[in-house]
Amino acid sequence: MGSSSLLKRIGRLSVISSSCLESSGIIIDGKSGRGSLLRGLSTAATEQELRILQQQNKSSSSLNLFSAINQALHIALDTDPRAYVFGEDVGFGGVFRCTTGLADRFGKRRVFNTPLCEQGIVGFAIGLAAMGNRAIAEIQFADYIFPAFDQIVNEAAKFRYRSGNQFNCGGLTIRAPYGAVGHGGHYHSQSPEAFFCHVPGIKVVIPRSPQQAKGLLLSCIRDPNPVVFFEPKWLYRLAVEEVPEKDYMLPLSEAEVIREGSDITLVGWGAQLSVMEQACVEAEKDGISCELIDLKTLIPWDKETVEASVNKTGRLLVSHEAPITGGFGAEISASIVERCFLRLEAPVTRVCGLDTPFPLVFEPFYLPTKNKILDAIKSTVKY
Amino acid sequence: MAIWFARSRNITHFLRTKISPFEIIVNQRCSNYSFFHANSSFKTMAGESYSRKVTELCMDKSSAAILAFRRPESAIAGGQIEAVPYTTDDDEDDENQAMEFPGGKVGFTLEMNFISESPGKRIPCYRVLDDDGYPLAGSRFEQVDEETAVRMYKSMVTLQIMDTIFYEAQRQGRISFYLTSMGEEAINIATAAALTSDDIIVPQYREPGILLWRGFTLEEFANQLFGTKKDIGKGRQMPIHYGSNEHNYFTVSSPLATQLPQAAGIAYSLKMDNKEACVVAFTGDGATSEGDFHAGMNFAAVMDAPVMFICRNNGWAISTPTSEQFRSDGVVVKGQAYGIRSIRVDGNDTLAVYSAIRAAREMIIREQKPILVEALTYRVGHHSTSDDSTKYRPLNEIEHWKTARSPLAIFRKWVQRNGWWTDKEEIELRGSIRKQVLDAIQAAEKTEKCSLEDMFTDVYDRLPSNLQEQEKSLRETVKRHKQDFPTDVPV
Ligand SMILES: Cc1ncc(C[n+]2csc(CCOP(=O)(O)OP(=O)(O)O)c2C)c(N)n1
Ligand SMILES: [Mg+2]
Repeated sequence: MGSSSLLKRIGRLSVISSSCLESSGIIIDGKSGRGSLLRGLSTAATEQELRILQQQNKSSSSLNLFSAINQALHIALDTDPRAYVFGEDVGFGGVFRCTTGLADRFGKRRVFNTPLCEQGIVGFAIGLAAMGNRAIAEIQFADYIFPAFDQIVNEAAKFRYRSGNQFNCGGLTIRAPYGAVGHGGHYHSQSPEAFFCHVPGIKVVIPRSPQQAKGLLLSCIRDPNPVVFFEPKWLYRLAVEEVPEKDYMLPLSEAEVIREGSDITLVGWGAQLSVMEQACVEAEKDGISCELIDLKTLIPWDKETVEASVNKTGRLLVSHEAPITGGFGAEISASIVERCFLRLEAPVTRVCGLDTPFPLVFEPFYLPTKNKILDAIKSTVKY
Repeated sequence: MAIWFARSRNITHFLRTKISPFEIIVNQRCSNYSFFHANSSFKTMAGESYSRKVTELCMDKSSAAILAFRRPESAIAGGQIEAVPYTTDDDEDDENQAMEFPGGKVGFTLEMNFISESPGKRIPCYRVLDDDGYPLAGSRFEQVDEETAVRMYKSMVTLQIMDTIFYEAQRQGRISFYLTSMGEEAINIATAAALTSDDIIVPQYREPGILLWRGFTLEEFANQLFGTKKDIGKGRQMPIHYGSNEHNYFTVSSPLATQLPQAAGIAYSLKMDNKEACVVAFTGDGATSEGDFHAGMNFAAVMDAPVMFICRNNGWAISTPTSEQFRSDGVVVKGQAYGIRSIRVDGNDTLAVYSAIRAAREMIIREQKPILVEALTYRVGHHSTSDDSTKYRPLNEIEHWKTARSPLAIFRKWVQRNGWWTDKEEIELRGSIRKQVLDAIQAAEKTEKCSLEDMFTDVYDRLPSNLQEQEKSLRETVKRHKQDFPTDVPV
């Protein structure tokens, strides 16, 4: 990880944000951290990406994740006059500031507040996309995407297939902040990715860092298929990284080995990767060599990269914040058992959220913490 | 049937000239049917004109009877009260030139007329007090006795102080989140006072004043905010997500408008059980855009559910002004399209809110039908502690509503002018509430959280095997890594 020098390692207790707006609200404050689990982020740029960066001759800047998203949206609107950005409170910059400055620069006809109605936002976006536009819709929180579930599952996902490819809404991208923040309780913490991974016809993408977020979001916006893009809101301010200023895209459906190792493969996505990486670092002290893979695109996912890694290490651990039962970890586990059965030296392990609603005061117990992962790494290797 | 049409037309003609839905209330009050609050009376500053209107309306006794009739089976409702809005200026022609369609007779016209997208004039809002707390000339309202008025005022003050201190506690990092009801104290408290404790509240989230009125203590509020083991919600939800079965107050849920169709279902149950109570469901202006708002209104209308929808139209949904939320004349006009009687009221006028809610409640229970109330007000505070509203609205606008239009200030002037309240009592009250809230915070801060087992209970009625397993494994983890977990959660 030669890249870590470029990164500001950031602890989750470090930021107090008063402008981090939200309805029922997310303030990343010192209080909530409870002092235990540190969400530093060092799982960032790869060698290859670094090279790109250097070629750019320093045309990069140190950005946090919401600013990287903001930059991607600026580029998307700038490079395509048929691109639109809209959603609840998007006009003044959005409750997480991701859309700051867009309405001023591109006008209220392309960047606008919608009525407070998620099914309306997605339905409208599908219509707009079906006419050959890039509709970039924001759902204020992933927890509030469910009123739009029908539009996403029955409409967006089947628009092309049901018409024999006469129509499509490929220009649709739905952005939504997801995941824990320390004090979000039931409805500002959920990770609903698995619901959408059960739907052929849409893509699900989750970035782990600012640089990834910008490149992946631009790919999603320009991908000719509807995409649900979940943004790790815990990292909006906490993750800071050198992000190239130019317009660049990172490939979808390509997983990335962000840490090489030989004893066990760990697979994750989004904010969870930084927790997993800390476990890898700790495990190394005990002489266990971990390979860490960022899946990035959950469907259609890059089985080959994971398969190759497990064939090398003989062990697999998957970790996500969403409840373990029916989570996307189950799909990965089943597929890898199918493909690598004879190479596996231990059962596939899942370290995930528990099967309860996301509980406010019990959040530190609920989450798949570094030490839960570390314990699982050790017992899998010892199996 | 024809008689109903004819008679109802009379009412319509009357209503058309007088517009205010208030007249409907008057109409009912002079019918021969007994009312709940048999001794309730309207006070008027212009007595004679009031009684003249009453006589005028009461001439049409049978129509009044229709309005007041309690109909458990609603199937035959078609041509009765619902006929009122159907009459048009060309009734005579319509009756000759009607066509049968599923759903009934419809007149036809040779004119290709498009109905306007909005009423020409905005629906006026019912008001009693002016901004100096003087009853407006000719205003009519439900009289409030001294004891009730003082209790209402005290509760409004309590709500305001509670909001100020809890808000501050969040700023100091003692709780993770807070959201005030500032500017909406009248809607909170006057609504609560106009209801009975049997009426079931289905809140959005900016209505804690109803709980307060019903006896939810400052300690109970603090325990929820701090997520202590004394929180009846067991510390599972974010601050301000109160709920209390004992107080007939369903638990707040963040996803907007989901409570509205539920309210229709709750009300239908009250109806089937022949309860003398109604459901009161709240929504913000923003939440009316959700599909569930439509579902709730339509279900309530079609099922004749005894539910009152109160929209607190405070002008803003986080940063989105109502001008970007809906067109036409706000929320009150939506009622008619659903077949729901509706009224618009000045939400900062305690007496107007109180009178309108009392009257609406009576109609709902008597007629077993829903009513929509749009209370016009202003969200004086930021949306929540996560918001800085000066980013999107002018300071002087906030200041105007905070001072000149403060519901507390207006009501206080009226109460004080009646000789029911003094400056001295005001100072004492504020001091004592302040102390009580601070004490409640201190106590809650020292109280530990719920124990770990409460993380797993109540997902289902009992613990299924997957959760038993997960609890066991979690306890082992906690034993191994004590330092990872908060010490105020007993394991
Ligand atoms: C389904 C859903 N979408 C979005 C949100 C985020 N959110 C919380 S409050 C709010 C604004 C609500 O405004 P309004 O209904 O006018 O109520 P007010 O806050 O003004 O009382 C929004 C967008 C939510 N809680 N639920
Ligand atoms: Mg509002």
